[in-house]
Amino acid sequence: MISVSGLAFRYADSPFELRIDELSIHQSECVAVVGPSGSGKTTLLNLLSGIFEPNHGTITIGDKQVTGLSDSQRRDFRIANVGFVFQDFELIEYLDVRENILLPCFINASLPLTNELSERAAQLAESLGVGDKLSRPVERLSQGERQRVAICRALLTKPKVLLADEPTGNLDPSNKDHIISLLTDYARSENATLVVVTHDHSLLSKFDRTVDFAELLTTAVTT
Amino acid sequence: MKNAFRLAWRHLRFHRLRTVILVLCLTLTFALPLCLRFLVERFQTELRARAASTPLIIGAPGSQFDLAISTLYFDAKPPPSISMETTNYVAETGFATAIPMHVRFKAKKYPIVGTTLDYFIFRESGIREGQPLTRLGDCVLGSSVADKLELKPGDRLLSDPENVFDLAGSYPLNMRVVGILATSGTPDDNAVFIDIQSAWVIEGIGHGHQGLEREDDSNLILESTENNVTASPAVIQYTEITDENLASFHFHGAPADFPVSSVIAVPPDEASATKLMGRFVSEDSKVRVVEPPEVIEQLLAIVFRVKKFFDAAAWLIGIVSLLFLVLVTVLTLRLRQREMQTMFKLGCSRGTIAQLQLAELAIVVGTSLILAVGSAILVQQFGTDILRRLFV
Repeated sequence: MISVSGLAFRYADSPFELRIDELSIHQSECVAVVGPSGSGKTTLLNLLSGIFEPNHGTITIGDKQVTGLSDSQRRDFRIANVGFVFQDFELIEYLDVRENILLPCFINASLPLTNELSERAAQLAESLGVGDKLSRPVERLSQGERQRVAICRALLTKPKVLLADEPTGNLDPSNKDHIISLLTDYARSENATLVVVTHDHSLLSKFDRTVDFAELLTTAVTT
Repeated sequence: MKNAFRLAWRHLRFHRLRTVILVLCLTLTFALPLCLRFLVERFQTELRARAASTPLIIGAPGSQFDLAISTLYFDAKPPPSISMETTNYVAETGFATAIPMHVRFKAKKYPIVGTTLDYFIFRESGIREGQPLTRLGDCVLGSSVADKLELKPGDRLLSDPENVFDLAGSYPLNMRVVGILATSGTPDDNAVFIDIQSAWVIEGIGHGHQGLEREDDSNLILESTENNVTASPAVIQYTEITDENLASFHFHGAPADFPVSSVIAVPPDEASATKLMGRFVSEDSKVRVVEPPEVIEQLLAIVFRVKKFFDAAAWLIGIVSLLFLVLVTVLTLRLRQREMQTMFKLGCSRGTIAQLQLAELAIVVGTSLILAVGSAILVQQFGTDILRRLFV
């Protein structure tokens, strides 16, 4: 379960301020977040994942209060519990598919590369249809394949919370449905919480609930 | 750290052209001063060794550097000639063995050194193949000359014409290769040795031509008196010395007046050397005596003065390269900001990101250093060959 209370966040070099009084997302719930561009949806995902530290308020994931943790504690919590799928995949161009999926193991001392993780990477790739491309440079993949690799990377550690920032933004309609199905299937089968930021209203029926970000905000100031 | 190196290596391999350029720039920066240092040291050692093994050189007044370098290394502008009389004079004093040196002509760009057999005894030169000089027109090749020109005993080697447009000048001599010297690692390897008399033949002082026995042959003889025969231009001059025409070769003038470039004097001891030098100290002396080690030390002093500029340049290049490296690193960091942010979002700490950068720098700098040291070792190993290729 994700619980947000009295949240306030302001960027150091910007007048933008995000305020959310209350937000609750249940465990294994699949939630779509919709709202106008620039309203702070991505900022919310960054706050939920512990990438950003809020100025005020609390965020609780499961039984752990993320706010108040040190940088390294938040990082360790993120590695262990949160999977993140980015809008434009954010794959590393000089690594092949296998290395991109296993990237969290290469850059985190708290997540050493084990045979188990290596096998899981291969299984994920297989189940998401990129199993035969493990040694291929990512620059030679299609957009849909790249997003699937990015999802494999996000699912590597079997996260309890899966956050996705416009994961279908760069995909064609057939790939959009497929990707959203992959994410919701994972959440339902692993009892994980899924939060997806999207602009695509045709996909909303696939989620348990839709949160209108504009209604959620207490005050959002943009310039 | 192993993973940092793995990712760094992948990144460098992906941008291989940029990596290669960076490594080459750094390698050159590191290698240049090292190689230059080794080359100068080798250059200095070789110059000193050759000079130290040659006690005295006698030649015409003028540049002592030209005299020494021409005599020792068969290089540089030939000094003005002195007469063979000087050789005879040195020998007559009994203070030294006198070895005449005639270094003026070339064969296929390699210097032809006219001398006597004493030279080979003095330099302790061995014969790798064939035999020593035995006859007028023979030549013995330095090992490098033989290898590069692919010549062996029995082959022929033509001396280079001095000036193809000078009809009155010396004619090329087609020399018979009779032997090849053992490799000595000295300038002798790159020279063609002939007897001093053969050098005079190339110079046109000695020659051989068609016989003039028939005094009534107006085609060959323009004028004939009791003491002198004037031959016509129709008389065929030999450009090759064979067993058949050897007897026809003769010299015009007094041998004591024939030219030599210099004379190497080899005194048995220091006292004899001092006495011999004393014979040439008068102001009106037509020749001068130089001690090669002293001349070479003066030359090296100039070389070292120049080397200081090279050292300063190397430092400047090093600083500039370092600044470029910093610039490239900073620009790369800016270009890779997005990638770093992705890693950060995936849980990578700032320390790990720094490790990644350091690993890349370590690979680039380390590879450059290894290549630079490797080049320096090669230069040290093959310094003599490199010097020969560069300067001979």
